[in-house]
Amino acid sequence: MATQHSRTSARIMVAPAVFVLLVWMLVPLCMTLYFSFADYRPLRATFDAWIGFDNYVSFLTSDSFLSSVGVTLQMVAGILCITIGGGVVLALLLDQPMFGQGIVRILVIAPFFVMPTVSALVWKNMFFNVDNGLFSYLWRFFGAQPYDFLSQAPLFSIIVIVAWQWLPFATLILLTAVQSLSSEQLEAAEMDGAPPLSRFWHIILPHLSRAITVVILIQTIFLLSIFAEIFVTTNGAFGTRTLTYLVYQRVLESQNIGLGSAGGIVAVILANVVAIFLMRIVGKNLDN
Amino acid sequence: MGRITLDRVQKKFGDVEVIPPLDLIIEDGEFVVFVGPSGCGKSTLLRLIAGLEDVSGGEIRIDGRPATDLPPAKRGLAMVFQSYALYPHMSVRKNIAFPLKMAGMAQDEQDRRIAKAATALNLTDYLDRRPGQLSGGQRQRVAIGRAIVREPAAFLFDEPLSNLDAALRVGMRMEISELHKTLATTMIYVTHDQVEAMTMADKIVVLRAGHVEQVGSPLELYKTPRNTFVAGFIGSPKMNLLTGAAAAAHGAATIGIRPEHLDVVDSGGTFTGRVGVAEHLGSDTFFHVHVPEMAEPMTVRAGGEVGLTHGDTIHLTPRAAHIHRFDAQGLRIA
Amino acid sequence: MARAISTPKKIMWTALAWGVGLLIFFPILWTFLTSFKTEATAISDPPVWFLFDWTTENYSDVLARSNYPLALMNSIIIAVGSTLLGIVIAVPAAWAMAFVPGKRTKDVLMWMLSTKMLPAVGVLYPLVLIAKYLNVYDSRIMLIVVLMLINLPIIVWMLYTYFREIPGEILEAARMDGASLGKEIIYVLTPMALPGIASTILLNIILAWNEAFWTILLTTVDAAPLTKFIASFSAPEGLFYAKLSAASIMAIAPIIVMGWFSQKQLVRGLTFGAVK
Ligand SMILES: Nc1ncnc2c1ncn2[C@@H]1O[C@H](COP(=O)(O)OP(=O)(O)OP(=O)(O)O)[C@@H](O)[C@H]1O
Ligand SMILES: [Mg+2]
Repeated sequence: MATQHSRTSARIMVAPAVFVLLVWMLVPLCMTLYFSFADYRPLRATFDAWIGFDNYVSFLTSDSFLSSVGVTLQMVAGILCITIGGGVVLALLLDQPMFGQGIVRILVIAPFFVMPTVSALVWKNMFFNVDNGLFSYLWRFFGAQPYDFLSQAPLFSIIVIVAWQWLPFATLILLTAVQSLSSEQLEAAEMDGAPPLSRFWHIILPHLSRAITVVILIQTIFLLSIFAEIFVTTNGAFGTRTLTYLVYQRVLESQNIGLGSAGGIVAVILANVVAIFLMRIVGKNLDN
Repeated sequence: MGRITLDRVQKKFGDVEVIPPLDLIIEDGEFVVFVGPSGCGKSTLLRLIAGLEDVSGGEIRIDGRPATDLPPAKRGLAMVFQSYALYPHMSVRKNIAFPLKMAGMAQDEQDRRIAKAATALNLTDYLDRRPGQLSGGQRQRVAIGRAIVREPAAFLFDEPLSNLDAALRVGMRMEISELHKTLATTMIYVTHDQVEAMTMADKIVVLRAGHVEQVGSPLELYKTPRNTFVAGFIGSPKMNLLTGAAAAAHGAATIGIRPEHLDVVDSGGTFTGRVGVAEHLGSDTFFHVHVPEMAEPMTVRAGGEVGLTHGDTIHLTPRAAHIHRFDAQGLRIA
Repeated sequence: MARAISTPKKIMWTALAWGVGLLIFFPILWTFLTSFKTEATAISDPPVWFLFDWTTENYSDVLARSNYPLALMNSIIIAVGSTLLGIVIAVPAAWAMAFVPGKRTKDVLMWMLSTKMLPAVGVLYPLVLIAKYLNVYDSRIMLIVVLMLINLPIIVWMLYTYFREIPGEILEAARMDGASLGKEIIYVLTPMALPGIASTILLNIILAWNEAFWTILLTTVDAAPLTKFIASFSAPEGLFYAKLSAASIMAIAPIIVMGWFSQKQLVRGLTFGAVK
């Protein structure tokens, strides 16, 4: 199938996609890189094209950077724990024989399709609100003092919101993986007298390990750049300022472009560390 | 018209030379079969002729016109693929019409040709079905139908019957042979089925690692194989190739005796051995015989029923006129 | 798993699964119910469930008062536009990589994937700057292009995995039958890949519809889609639950419906074929 003619056409046909992505990747990134070495604060009309690594030094040594990294890690880890743990349980549950499986599946998956701003606002107002939220009502019903989630436990609240959105994703992927496990394998284990728990531990979990890895990596990539949920709930206050949010604030709110750009480059580098692992897995899959 | 000439045609994939420079002439109207072991380059050669692959060197001419740089569509050849390669989203009619539509043929001429092909191939009742609703044999016929409506200069078949079951294969084999007789168009046919090659071909091309080992009519190859490779490859069951003292006795490095040219005798005989396996087919009996001085068991074909079984002693005598002699290089000694 | 299962057991699983399913779905259900209440019922203590005077007033209010219709229009144009633009660029590329793979095809695919992993915030300011410089800040065209670019790797990958499942021999047959490259793509590849292309379009409309970084930061009013519109939905607290719910339901309903159709493709598309 590969003649010179078709190879030439192939090159021409890939070219537009490669070109636009190359421009998309290089032009803004180079600009960020350029700004990251400049002292550029438009509000104060300061522009000094080259100040060396000052921005990086002040960004990396600032308390807000360290705390933002801490917040980011806590947030990502919390969400991953909930979605993976919950996802495995839900996937196994949905794989059981039941009536109306299709409908239950739809119910479980739905949150993934809710736009981030909607889910954040719905949770913020209708569930977490101290005065009128459902949780407050529930607390009062049991005679407890209503709890102001978003100011008392803001990080936890955001974790709940985002985990609710991503749980369906983990469930769906793990369910696909569970269903690809041959029932013969399980039946053989059952014949060998393995009790359910050890069947789960020795057969199901190893089978899921690959899917779990993929879920972890993909979610991490997306979760590292969570924005809207923080934007509409706490606006970065009360210890919910992630690295992404910190950079956003430096760039657009305080208009310290140089510092923000340095932060942006740091974020790019950190994301790439995760990306490399994901690419390995995907790449391996491409070969067979 | 469909005379195809290959002149020093060569194919490399990267650094690997799959087909070293090769010359071959396929005459107009001939039925040529390419045979050879798996991976020897049969499909590659066919695809070079089709234009689905570029040659790395040499020239291909179709009816005297250089075709080396023509795209597949312009070569006037039709191909039938092993997987049939029918368009699953089109009805049988549309499948067959596709090449005509691509050629921009008038609708009534298209209809006429489709009707003719459908009648010839017994497809008239299925014209409005999708390929997915057809049996393997019917799909095969659609693929052939799609090829014949164009009235191409030559047909190329790449193992077209290998996906069919045994019974159907015999039937389709006949149909393709008959089609060749009626159309009298050049056909190039790739297979590794012995029987297909022997029964269908006007000319067989035996390939090994991209080399042409021998070209000739089926009987020529059967009677006078040029070397031990062809001798071992053509004929079923395989020819017995003997070396050592038995060969030296005939003044050769290797001698070849076909299983059907060994007679079972009651006593004496040139070879005496023990029956390993006896395959009773009714019409014939095949014996695999362990002869003490030979490394490999010999195969013997005896007509009808012969009452020997595992462990029995057997005496064999070759027919002198049918002993093939080869020298140390494996080449035939005339 | 084709094995006999006792009915009591099945009923037990059914109850459990439905319970969990409804719990997860509850926020959406509650939003849906609230959207039909009056603002007063929406915050009543104790909450009312189904027995209230159902009203569609909130929907008409939202549609009439705010610039909701504009935001809806923007969402549709941006999501559909960016997806179609992406498809137009991605189909030829995916065709080429699936059917004429070269030595570097794999690298190109992996590289495309890596662009997807670029954190948006790393290029935030340059984009704002470029948008303002080109005078396309707060314009639909800017968002169409940006969302196309961030989803292009997913589109290419999805199409690539679908195309790879089409046997190359069929395309070769088309070539033998005299089809030019264009005709081969139009008459043979595209119809065969149609289900794959359709689900790619579906999933990408969903992703673009829900994108909430660039849509919020590159717009103010004119091009603001629903994500931005909802984000700025902040009337006096407590008195807007019903309207917030109505606006939310309208924003998510079409996408949830599309999402249900694309569950299977979702897995393939978002894992880049690593899980099938
Ligand atoms: N696209 C390719 N790239 C590299 N090597 C190839 C390619 N196509 C075929 N080959 C190699 O060329 C050789 C000949 O392949 P070909 O398919 O022609 O064999 P064949 O005779 O048709 O075998 P079979 O009977 O199994 O179909 C093989 O060793 C194969 O590995
Ligand atoms: Mg072959």
